[in-house]
Amino acid sequence: MSALLETRDLSKFFGGLYATNGVSLAIEAGEVRCLIGPNGAGKSTLFKLIIGTYQPSGGQVFFDGHDITPLESHRRVNQGLSIKFQVPGIFLELGVEQNLRIALQRKVAPARMNDETERLLAFLDLAPSRHLAAGNLSHGQQQWLEIGMAIALQPKLLLLDEPTAGMSPEETFKTGELVKRLNADGMTIVVIEHDMTFVRQIARKVTVLHFGKVFLEGTLDQVVNNDDVARIYLGKE
Amino acid sequence: MNWLSRFNGPQTLGEGGVFWSLFVVTVIVLATVPLYAEFFIVNNLAYFLLWTFMALGLSLIWGHAGILSFGQTAFFGLAGYGYGVISINLGDAHGLTWVAFVGALILPTLLAAVVGYFMFYGGVRDVFVGIVTLSITLVMETFMAQTAGPEWAIGTARLNGFNGMSGMPPLTIPWFGDDSIMLDGNPFYWFVLALVVVVYLALRWLVNSRFGNVLVAIRENPDRAEMLGYNVRLYQLAVFTIGGTLAGISGVLYTTWGSYITPSAMGLTAAALPIVWTAAGGRKDITTTLVATVFLLWVSQTLAVKGAQYALVLMGVLLLVVVLLAPDGLVLLVVRGIGRVFRRGQPAGSNNGAL
Repeated sequence: MSALLETRDLSKFFGGLYATNGVSLAIEAGEVRCLIGPNGAGKSTLFKLIIGTYQPSGGQVFFDGHDITPLESHRRVNQGLSIKFQVPGIFLELGVEQNLRIALQRKVAPARMNDETERLLAFLDLAPSRHLAAGNLSHGQQQWLEIGMAIALQPKLLLLDEPTAGMSPEETFKTGELVKRLNADGMTIVVIEHDMTFVRQIARKVTVLHFGKVFLEGTLDQVVNNDDVARIYLGKE
Repeated sequence: MNWLSRFNGPQTLGEGGVFWSLFVVTVIVLATVPLYAEFFIVNNLAYFLLWTFMALGLSLIWGHAGILSFGQTAFFGLAGYGYGVISINLGDAHGLTWVAFVGALILPTLLAAVVGYFMFYGGVRDVFVGIVTLSITLVMETFMAQTAGPEWAIGTARLNGFNGMSGMPPLTIPWFGDDSIMLDGNPFYWFVLALVVVVYLALRWLVNSRFGNVLVAIRENPDRAEMLGYNVRLYQLAVFTIGGTLAGISGVLYTTWGSYITPSAMGLTAAALPIVWTAAGGRKDITTTLVATVFLLWVSQTLAVKGAQYALVLMGVLLLVVVLLAPDGLVLLVVRGIGRVFRRGQPAGSNNGAL
C-alpha cells in the first residue's frame, strides 16, 4: 500500500538558508509519527510546506496518491489535511462554542450542528467555558480548542505542531490520550514534539530532523539510544 | 418564532422579544412620520436613512470581515453618476428609471468585483486595502472634476465637471393609463425606509449565516480560516462586492433625492465620513451602525445650520474618542451603561461573545 502522505525531496530556502533540504518522508495511513529535532531543524517549515503555507523551492508533496504541491492551503484541507499551528491559531474574540461551530460547519449539516457541537465540547472538556471568548482560555485550553477545530474537519491526516507546549504534565498526558483515541478511530497523525514522555506515550515511529534533512528514522528506543542523536541535541562531541 | 431565529445569532446584538418589539415600534413610528410631521422633517429623515446603506456595507466588510475600505464613496459616486447618465438618456417614462436604478447598481458592483479581485488575489492586505480604495475614490473625484467641457457627455447627459450633474428624474412607478407615481416627497421616504428595513434584515440574516461565520473568522484570523478549508480570498472578494453594491444604493438614492451629484461626493471628506459613522456606532454590529449613522447625520445637519465646518470637526473628534476610548462604539457604550444601572447588584451579564 502506498503512503497517505509522501514528500519527495522537499526543499525550502529563505535567501541562502535551507530551512528544509531535500526531505523525503512517507507516512502510512493509520500511523502516529513524531517529528523531533533541535530548534531550527526545519520541522515547522516542513509542516508549512505540507499544508501549503509555503511553496517549496524544490520537491513535491503527495497526499492520498495525488500531487498536491500546486494546491492552495484551503484545497489541501478540503482533501483531508488539517493542522494545529505551533502558536494557537484560534478566533480570540469569538466564543469557544462559535470557534468550534465555524470549523464544524464544514462537515456537519445544520440539523446536526447542535449535537455535534455538544459532543466536541465534551470531548475537549470545554463545555463549561463555551460562552467565554476564546482569548480568555488558558494556554492549554487554547491548544485543545485548536485541536478541536482541526479534528472537526474529520481529516484523514492531522498535523500537530507542538500540541503540548505550555501544558502541565496532566494536560500533556490528557492530550496524549486524546491523540491515541483519534488514532484508534482511524486518523493518521503527525506530531512535532519535544516532550519525550509524550512522544513515548503516543508514537511508535519517530523521525529525527536535523539541518533541514531527515537524520534518522526508527522506533523511539532506537532514536534515543543513538549516539548521533544525543550529539546533535546536546552538542556532544 | 422559529423564522425569527434566522435574524438572530452570535454576530448581532439584540434578539429577545423586547428588542424585536422595539424594532417593530420604531418602524411603525418612522413609517407614520409623514402623517403628522411637516415635509421638511420627512425629507431630512429620508436623507439620513439613504446614507445608511453605505455605512451598513462598511460594517459588513470592515466590522465583520476585517477589510477596512476607505473608498466606499467610489462606489457611491459611480452609482450616482451612473443613475444620472442612464436616467437622463432614457427618460422617466414607462418605469425606465428602474432600468437606470438597476444599471446604476450594476456599475459599482462590477467595479468592486474588479478592484476586489486585484486586491485580494494580488495579496493586498490590511491597511493597504484602505490606501488602494482611498486612491481609487480620489482618482475618480479628480477625474470627474475635470469633465466640465461639452466634450464630456454621455449621450445627452453632460458630466459638468466640478459643478456636478443635475436634472435627473426621480424614480417613477408606471401606473394605469398614462399615469405614473413619482417617488419623491413622502413616497420616496417610504421607499427608502422600506429598503432600509429589507437590507437591515437581510444583513442580519447574512452575518449570522454560515457565510457570516466565515467572515468573522477571517477578521479574527485569516490563516486559521484558510486552514479550516475556507477560500479566504473568495469570501473577501464576495463581501467586498456586496459592500460596493450597498454603497451604490446610497449613491443612487442620494442622486435621486436631490437630483444632483458632484465629484466632491467622492472626495476625501466624503470618504472619511462613513468610517466615522461606522466606527462610532460600533462597526461589528449592524444595528449599532444603523442607529449611529442616522444619529450622527442628524447631529451633523443640526450643527451645519451654524456653519458646515463645526460638524466636520466634531466628526473628527468623535473618531478619535471612539478609537481611543470606546473601540466597540458609542452605541454599545451607552447600552452597556444603561444595562449596568439596571443590573446593579447582579453578576455581570453574559454579554454577546462576538462583541
